[in-house]
Amino acid sequence: MDLEFDARYEEFRAQVRDFVAKHRPVQPMGLASAKKKERVAWLSLQIEHGYWARTIPKEYGGYGAAPDLLETVIMDEEFNKAGIARGMMAQGPSMLVPTLLSHGSDEQRERWIGSTMRGEVIWCQGYSEPGSGSDLASLQTRATEDGDDFVINGQKIWTSTADQADMCFILVRTEPDAKKHEGISYVLLPMDTPGIDVQPLRTMSGDIGENSFNQVFFSDVRVPKANVVGRRGEGWKIANTTLKHERNSLNANAEGTLIRLARLMNDETIRGAPAMASPVYRDRLMKLQARALSMKHHGMRMLTCSLRGDSPGIAGLVVKLQNCQLNYDMAALAIDVMGELGVLYDHAKYERERGFWQAHSMFSLGLIIGGGTAQIQKNIISERGLGLPREPKPAKA
Amino acid sequence: MDFGLSEDQHLLEQTVRSFLADQVPIERVRELRENEAPNDRATWSALAELGVAGVLVPEAQGGSELALLDAALVSQALGHAVTPTPFLASAVMAPIALASISGSKADGWLAGIASGELVCGVAVTELFSVREEAGVRVSDGKLHGKAMMAIDSYGADLLLVAIDADTLGVVKTDAAGLDITRLATVDVTRCTAEVLLDGVTPAALFEAAGPAVARMLDAGRIALAADALGACESMVEQAVAYAKQRKQFDRLIGSFQAVKHMCAEMIAEVEPARSLLWYAAHSFDAMPDEAPLMACHVLAHVSEIAREIASVSTQVHGGIGWTDEQNLHFWFKRIGNARHLLGGPELLRNRAAELQGFAPAA
Repeated sequence: MDLEFDARYEEFRAQVRDFVAKHRPVQPMGLASAKKKERVAWLSLQIEHGYWARTIPKEYGGYGAAPDLLETVIMDEEFNKAGIARGMMAQGPSMLVPTLLSHGSDEQRERWIGSTMRGEVIWCQGYSEPGSGSDLASLQTRATEDGDDFVINGQKIWTSTADQADMCFILVRTEPDAKKHEGISYVLLPMDTPGIDVQPLRTMSGDIGENSFNQVFFSDVRVPKANVVGRRGEGWKIANTTLKHERNSLNANAEGTLIRLARLMNDETIRGAPAMASPVYRDRLMKLQARALSMKHHGMRMLTCSLRGDSPGIAGLVVKLQNCQLNYDMAALAIDVMGELGVLYDHAKYERERGFWQAHSMFSLGLIIGGGTAQIQKNIISERGLGLPREPKPAKA
Repeated sequence: MDFGLSEDQHLLEQTVRSFLADQVPIERVRELRENEAPNDRATWSALAELGVAGVLVPEAQGGSELALLDAALVSQALGHAVTPTPFLASAVMAPIALASISGSKADGWLAGIASGELVCGVAVTELFSVREEAGVRVSDGKLHGKAMMAIDSYGADLLLVAIDADTLGVVKTDAAGLDITRLATVDVTRCTAEVLLDGVTPAALFEAAGPAVARMLDAGRIALAADALGACESMVEQAVAYAKQRKQFDRLIGSFQAVKHMCAEMIAEVEPARSLLWYAAHSFDAMPDEAPLMACHVLAHVSEIAREIASVSTQVHGGIGWTDEQNLHFWFKRIGNARHLLGGPELLRNRAAELQGFAPAA
């Protein structure tokens, strides 16, 4: 056990801190919806200093540094502390780019990686369908061959930022006669292609938060066959690399939320006394603090596994399940502490923190479901982690 | 930056676990429960030879002077095997207190503890909870009163008695005026006792021993959390193993999602708790300012998940899990006993709040 960082890393931390302090006042807010020019300038500046796209090769528009997990941790810590975004949390950088780095052609990498990291191109993910949620591989959106093109027909759902996206990385069924996992291809599709209809899907949290969900309908949408990533029919395998990236990116900052919750309990008064003075609420806070501390140090343990090149095994499989539930439970205590005022929303008089805790509650519930539901997570934990037998397939009727 | 066990720590854990699997299997624990004092000296001597009794004792007194994290790994192994030993009191709490007091008397006792020849119990309950008008006072240099639920004290040679947060008495169990009665608990693997003191002359009386008392309590809480977590690990392993061999409706019960999700939920609690335990134990040596808070949190948290796991693992076994023959109850009861031994979860969480200024100090 050694929780110190080497001097080299402390020097790096100082550099990041300087950069953050200098640029904090000028950074544009809400990157996905910010003006494109501002967004591209800010992300390009970060790439130039190596704080974004750090390990992406220079030839693809990155900074070209060797991968170093501790540098990543330090950058995240310092940007988080200052409350500004490092790079852009969006599906292009977090999911498409790693996929192209593993599976893309040279041409696809050159064209899309740099432009995506700079924020010139915004992506959405076309995976889930109304009939294919947890059983994603059963997806039915078809892509039929026609000369050098595929012609896409079908429907996608839960498509975040589809209304703003320039491009979509989409899973389509190209080999209808193959087995369900072997008939899918991973395709890069421009969103301005004729035949695409984006319909907003209002979520339970309404307009609060930056997330926009959509349904996307495809009618005879033509896309060149050259836009397939990897080989035809290998889309499922390729998508699984991306899903792994999605699960890794769901690492919530539970400690920060707990500090915010403790502050609320000190500020919020009931009959003139702070909520923190109530042993009932305080006991619940302390329970949550122990869980938040567990997950914080569990994260450090996972990081150490990566640094040592060890597999975290089953300890890694439980992270998403626990973090999402913990966040939901922290929001629940905050709402209870505010009592009858906890439901105020949408700029109502007396609303606290602009409805943050209600939004956080609903958003956390979304995360419990999204990216593999809690129940799917439990199947993975018990089958891959504990070696319990899979459920037998029902006999075909 | 490295937050994980070292190779030496893995080796220590493996050594103790294989020794216990080999020498004190559950069949042996079943035999030992018939004894007047199930934490028999033969097992303790053998463990002392492995270095278990002296894990925290300074090298100068014949111990191996390892860190609390090392002791926690041993404690976890003992909980995993539900081994009846005086480890918590004699190898963790007493050495931490005595080493911080030091002096020739303390050093002599530490040497005896490390060799396993001297077993030391601790009576600390009244520091955090007073029931049945318990409490020990000093009058004319002699000890009077009673201490309840004294840990690992039945069959011990020496007792550390916390008189208050600053005063620690040491008494020999054969001293005149001292009476020790074993209090039977649900858990036969721990020799808890009531200690009656009627004008007992202490072998030593340490005043201004506040830091020693506080550190002893923190170390004990972390080690006890490790013991309960080790018991949890075993209960999950047993449930999973059973779900892989028991068939109902022509299927292994482990293929039913209702059952596999119970198993997943248990392990999803165990693994992050292990990370918290490592940090708490590490903080005891490396970041002592954080240790009191971490000790409260880790024991409260493990106590909560342990109660649930004790129940769920038994349910995965169905009716057979409820029988004496299946042995699962040894773990269930070990967990149940640990819950209030050094302060129950509600008490510990209140202390955690006090330590952060969230609650008025008692």
